[in-house]
Amino acid sequence: MAEPVCRHCGLPVPPDSLGGSEFCCAGCRAAFDLLHGLGLDAYYERRVTDPNVRPLKPEDAAELDLSPEVRPGPEAGTSALHVVVDGLHCAACVWLVETLLKRHPAVVSARLNMTTRRLRLVWRGGPDLAAEITRPVREVGYRLLPFDPSCLQGAAQTRQRALLRAMAVAGFAAANVMLLSVAVWSGSDMGPATRDFLHWISALIALPAIAYAIRPFLGGAWGALRHGRMNMDVPIVLAVALAAGMSLWETAASGVHAYFDSACALLFFLLIGRYLDALARGRARAGAENLLTLSAVAVTVERPDGGLVTLPPERVAAGEVARVAPGDRIGIDGVVESGRSDVDAQAISGETTPVAVAEGSAVHAGTLNLSGPLRIRVTAAGEATLLAEIVRLMEAAEQGRAKAVALADRAARLYAPVVHALALAAFLWWFWAMGAGWQESLLTAISVLIVTCPCALALAVPAVQVIASGRLFKGGILVKSGTALERLERVDTVVFDKTGTLTTGTPQLAPGDWTEADLAAAAELAAGSRHPLARALAAAAGVTRPREDVREAPGEGLAAGAARLGRHAFAGGAGEPPPAEGPELWWRADEAAAPVRFAFTQELRPDAAAAVAALRAMGIAVSILSGDREAAVEGAARQAGISDWRAACRPADKVARLAALRAEGRHVAMVGDGLNDAPALAAAEVSLSPASAADLAQTAADVVFQGGRLSPVAEAIGVARRAGRLVRLNFAFAVGYNLVTVPLAMAGLVTPLIAAAAMSTSSLVVMVNAMRLAKGRSR
Amino acid sequence: MTSLLLLIPLALFLGGCGLAAFLWALRSGQFDDLEGAAHRILFDDDEPPRA
Repeated sequence: MAEPVCRHCGLPVPPDSLGGSEFCCAGCRAAFDLLHGLGLDAYYERRVTDPNVRPLKPEDAAELDLSPEVRPGPEAGTSALHVVVDGLHCAACVWLVETLLKRHPAVVSARLNMTTRRLRLVWRGGPDLAAEITRPVREVGYRLLPFDPSCLQGAAQTRQRALLRAMAVAGFAAANVMLLSVAVWSGSDMGPATRDFLHWISALIALPAIAYAIRPFLGGAWGALRHGRMNMDVPIVLAVALAAGMSLWETAASGVHAYFDSACALLFFLLIGRYLDALARGRARAGAENLLTLSAVAVTVERPDGGLVTLPPERVAAGEVARVAPGDRIGIDGVVESGRSDVDAQAISGETTPVAVAEGSAVHAGTLNLSGPLRIRVTAAGEATLLAEIVRLMEAAEQGRAKAVALADRAARLYAPVVHALALAAFLWWFWAMGAGWQESLLTAISVLIVTCPCALALAVPAVQVIASGRLFKGGILVKSGTALERLERVDTVVFDKTGTLTTGTPQLAPGDWTEADLAAAAELAAGSRHPLARALAAAAGVTRPREDVREAPGEGLAAGAARLGRHAFAGGAGEPPPAEGPELWWRADEAAAPVRFAFTQELRPDAAAAVAALRAMGIAVSILSGDREAAVEGAARQAGISDWRAACRPADKVARLAALRAEGRHVAMVGDGLNDAPALAAAEVSLSPASAADLAQTAADVVFQGGRLSPVAEAIGVARRAGRLVRLNFAFAVGYNLVTVPLAMAGLVTPLIAAAAMSTSSLVVMVNAMRLAKGRSR
Repeated sequence: MTSLLLLIPLALFLGGCGLAAFLWALRSGQFDDLEGAAHRILFDDDEPPRA
């Protein structure tokens, strides 16, 4: 039988638990009773516990005063509160939090966004109710952290909404005006009065709609013109404004043709493209924002009177003492005041083996406290922490790389002036040389503007990129940077980091001079521990039930009777331990025995060799740059089938090696996972990172892939290459289309409506061409 | 032609209703969390809430 686990938080139940035999503590028992009393037991059946998230364990800390964060609600007499909920495991948690809040009679709405973990709570009444309403949520074990909605919601989302609104308005106008236009164009026996009437109604619908829906383009065009540049927005604004203005003139003069339909349809199609583009970018940005909110953990601080209070990290002052329970992420930089523990510093150092800390050791924000409770004297918090500093450094490095200009922008710079020159030339030619009236000349010029209207060109790149990103996203590959696909396409060299990238990062027991009996006995001690090496040992022996008398000596090891498992000295080793060749544990069965070493290696990802072979087949050179020892790197390189490897590289060496490769004219993709790889990831032409990587490595990487396999690297490059081919094909088509239609338009053979139809068709062709990417093989 | 005087306003009114409904949905945040909505349907209350 397995060890009993708490019915609420899922942690092991200690023998002398205050919560009885089913709960690990009184808090969990109270939480379970609360949910049971409310008839919400279903939560326990529905939830899926995420091992990477803090267990749902209620805390004794005094509640955080939320009332200063309360803002006036949307209606008079209501209040609103925005908080980040810490401790969410799955969709059932979202359901539970919302249901708990809605049971309070004053609550108007409670909406928890699963992606961003942000809760928006509105209730009737004043700020003083905040504590009462949120109490059940805290009693169940979630932590609430206030955030400023204005800074997190961001300009991007507002922009996306504005685009969607403009798109809806333009679509409405386009459909209705088109309805009237069909009547005008086909109405053989229509009298002039009816025609004028329909034109006026069209104007009434189209003009306000255009004035509203053109704003996204107006801003872009004005911004570019003010800086003396051209972009795609300029001809769009010009064409739409001219078409609308001229149609109004025609309508007022009781003319035969008005082109409100063209103007509205053009805006509508362009806005669809813009919105899809913004959606793809927004998804990537949300991923990065989530990484930032993940580092926002609540800090439990001791007050002078001995009480405890939970604060967001930026409100903790240096010099205060914070408490960190085992299993919690440390939210501040500081020095250990009392307590011993092991700290998982992978997010900072990239090292998978935990570091032992004791009084006087420095600890950093973003690391994970594993085995014992710690009291930490705060030295820095919030923006002053090492983690925040490194994030800033990475952002600076990112901006340096953003100089790779997107292909579409380069094309726009060349294309837009040519279009305007052609339209102007057409106008002047018809007005003076051919002696046509100014309306007719202007009509020709507008036709040129619309027919060349950069739709096909503007869509050529984003359509392919959106579909390529979507396809990769479905395969668990997130493309974060807009130009990443263009850069991936050129890659001819892939450089892998070893630890955590080629290997899984999970330690595996290596053969050594231990016996099966040693392993079985040691695993009985190891089974109850959360230390990664102990877990690996227990997994190797297949033991799940620990001995009952095991105690954990934080930072030292495990003991049961005379048996010891842990550091060399802890296991009774005399003198200096023999030099370590990697992570290791020492085992002593009893006082008389000499300590035995269990050494650990890291296992290659299951498809590493296949992924390397696939990259080779695509004509890509593969090499390893690792900070690890020579023997370990050589072994991994041989297994993965890589002949070019370098060991014992410091982060600076990696950057230098990448610079050397670049100087040879190679296009290098770096694949890495640790913070120590982050500079190299930023220095490479394009970088990829597994989702298991440190947050910062993911921030630095252009592409993040999920799952335990390496084949996404080859898949991403393959899709990027196909996307590149399709972009070139689209460009060729768009240029060919323009070569045919522009002379026709300049010759005055194309009316604006036909121009708009031709333009839409060309856009459709480009879109359909891009859609081909969603299907078929990746290479 | 008099039928136009009825049909055009009618068409515009119906179209306007659609537009208004979309703008309302957008404003009330129904397009904000597309991922959460997919999961939410799994957890709708089976039993009526106890008063």
